[in-house]
Amino acid sequence: MTAASAKQNSGPLGGAMPGPDGTSERLSDGGATTGPAAQPRARGPLIATRRNKVRALRWLAVPLVLFVLVTIFGPMFYEFDPVAVNVMARSRPPLTRLADGSMTWLGTDQLGRDILGQLLLGARVSLLVGVATIVIGGGAGTVLGAVAGYAGKTIDNVIMRLADIQLSIPPIVLAILLMAVLGQGVSTLIITLSITRWARFARIARSAAISVKERDFVLAGRALGARSPRILRRHVIPFLWSPLVVVATLEVGSVIIAEAALSFLGLGTSAHQPSWGLVMANGRSYLSQAWWISTFPGVALSLVVVSIALFGDQLRDILDPKGLSR
Amino acid sequence: MRTYLAHRLLLSLLAVWGVATLVFFVLRVIPGDPATMFAGPSATATQIEAVRTRLGMDRSMLSQYVDYTGDIAMLNFGTSYRWNRPVLELIVERIPATALLATAALVIAVVVGLPFGLVAAAQRGRWADRVISVTSLVGQALPNFWIGIVLILVFSANLRLLPSSGIGTWKHLIMPAFTLSLPLLGVLVRLVRAGLVEVMNEDFIRTARARGLSDETVIIKHAGRNILIPVITMIGLQFAQMLGGTVVIETVFGWPGLGRLLVDAVGTRDYSIVQASIVAIALAYAVVNLFVDLTYGVLDPRVRVA
Repeated sequence: MTAASAKQNSGPLGGAMPGPDGTSERLSDGGATTGPAAQPRARGPLIATRRNKVRALRWLAVPLVLFVLVTIFGPMFYEFDPVAVNVMARSRPPLTRLADGSMTWLGTDQLGRDILGQLLLGARVSLLVGVATIVIGGGAGTVLGAVAGYAGKTIDNVIMRLADIQLSIPPIVLAILLMAVLGQGVSTLIITLSITRWARFARIARSAAISVKERDFVLAGRALGARSPRILRRHVIPFLWSPLVVVATLEVGSVIIAEAALSFLGLGTSAHQPSWGLVMANGRSYLSQAWWISTFPGVALSLVVVSIALFGDQLRDILDPKGLSR
Repeated sequence: MRTYLAHRLLLSLLAVWGVATLVFFVLRVIPGDPATMFAGPSATATQIEAVRTRLGMDRSMLSQYVDYTGDIAMLNFGTSYRWNRPVLELIVERIPATALLATAALVIAVVVGLPFGLVAAAQRGRWADRVISVTSLVGQALPNFWIGIVLILVFSANLRLLPSSGIGTWKHLIMPAFTLSLPLLGVLVRLVRAGLVEVMNEDFIRTARARGLSDETVIIKHAGRNILIPVITMIGLQFAQMLGGTVVIETVFGWPGLGRLLVDAVGTRDYSIVQASIVAIALAYAVVNLFVDLTYGVLDPRVRVA
């Protein structure tokens, strides 16, 4: 990334935010920035300072926080029974008042189930699967990769050949195989997607572990008598932190899409558990009569994954400019 | 060159073999009787017995596995209970449709992606660059199967310009191919832009400029050639995603390819097809990667192998 592209990243957002908190930030930055701060006049606004980037990142986090809040609290304020079928209110367009006097904001599906209610419950599936998969799959991948890189030899070979096998099959195809065998449901989704995601983390962790293995601080740790698990935990894994946080963020988005895709194919959540992909699949057959069924879950999914992508991209710019996470 | 080729070929075969092994164990370790599973839900007792004999269920896992590997190597995938035909035939029938779709998507991504990336780099910092960069980031992040649904909604359900599903004319191809191309398209635009911006600061570009060459010559001949390697690599890497993507996109558009066969087979519990189509997809992926690796030498003399 060059200065120009960095500017383009944070320019529109960073520049548009005069930021009421600007003063406090300048104070908190203290003397550390006087060096670079003395120069920027010359090259002017082309240089996006780290501070601007962080400020942009904060704004990019807003939609994600909103998503999490709506996911947690939404269903508490919006009563909805995903199993109840209401034949009197089938395929009603958005903003229709139903016979019982209630308003359907986003319309109802072909069985009269409220779309907004399904989306709120579906958001929980997306968030849960996305985060749990990254914690489990990403965690396992990181540990395996760090161990492989640090230990080398046979252990490295075994772990990385497994990763090769996993990476030589498109993740969605592997996921289809596993879902077909394990059966539908949220927990199998998490297990399945974890199995399809660990290898990417393992590769990054491994390459970083190899590069850190011969560094002085690791050698010093070993000279002081620290055992391998301790060195891995205290020296190697913290070193991996930045690229891994970036990859984890971006991967949450792709896991959420994968979950939606599997549910769309009928291999994700069970029929009683509304998920965005499942609602989209329901609406696929009614596109010409009821456009809203497939449209709104897609809008929700897109908003979430695009927010994650923008946030992750900015995060990468700040945490991992050298691009280990690419 | 020959040893390198042999080495790469061996690695590709190993990867496919690994996938086949994975499929073997996943499908046999699961609870339930594999013979009943492979024979299909409506099989009679004699049919199940026949499958049991064919799979060699009474023998040890190891000897079953050896037979299985032999069968795969001979492309003997058994018979589909549902179609009552050899699985290999069914797979081979579906390959052209998927190949057509993936190739069309690849062509769209390259033909659209490279020029847009070039324009963005040339107009760096101006509005054209901003529009292209943001669009490509968003386009790459969006779930493309949903874009497919929106396209159907607009062009089939409302405007009635294009058929919403099936295969046949170019009209059938255009929406699925475009939808499938989106992730690669977005990546390519960003990659070309970033690559060009970086390369344009190099000394040899300044030299070329100083020699009075036109902007087009400098960008296309001097800068362009330098970003070909990452571009080809990315195309290769993304092709895997694309092969996976066909599974979902084929379902969205009712495209009768390999992916659709796999999804349908999972739905009807036709495990002989599931097993074979996954091995077929892994094989296709290995071939693409091998091809990508071999093109490096042609494009960049520095990595030409001995």
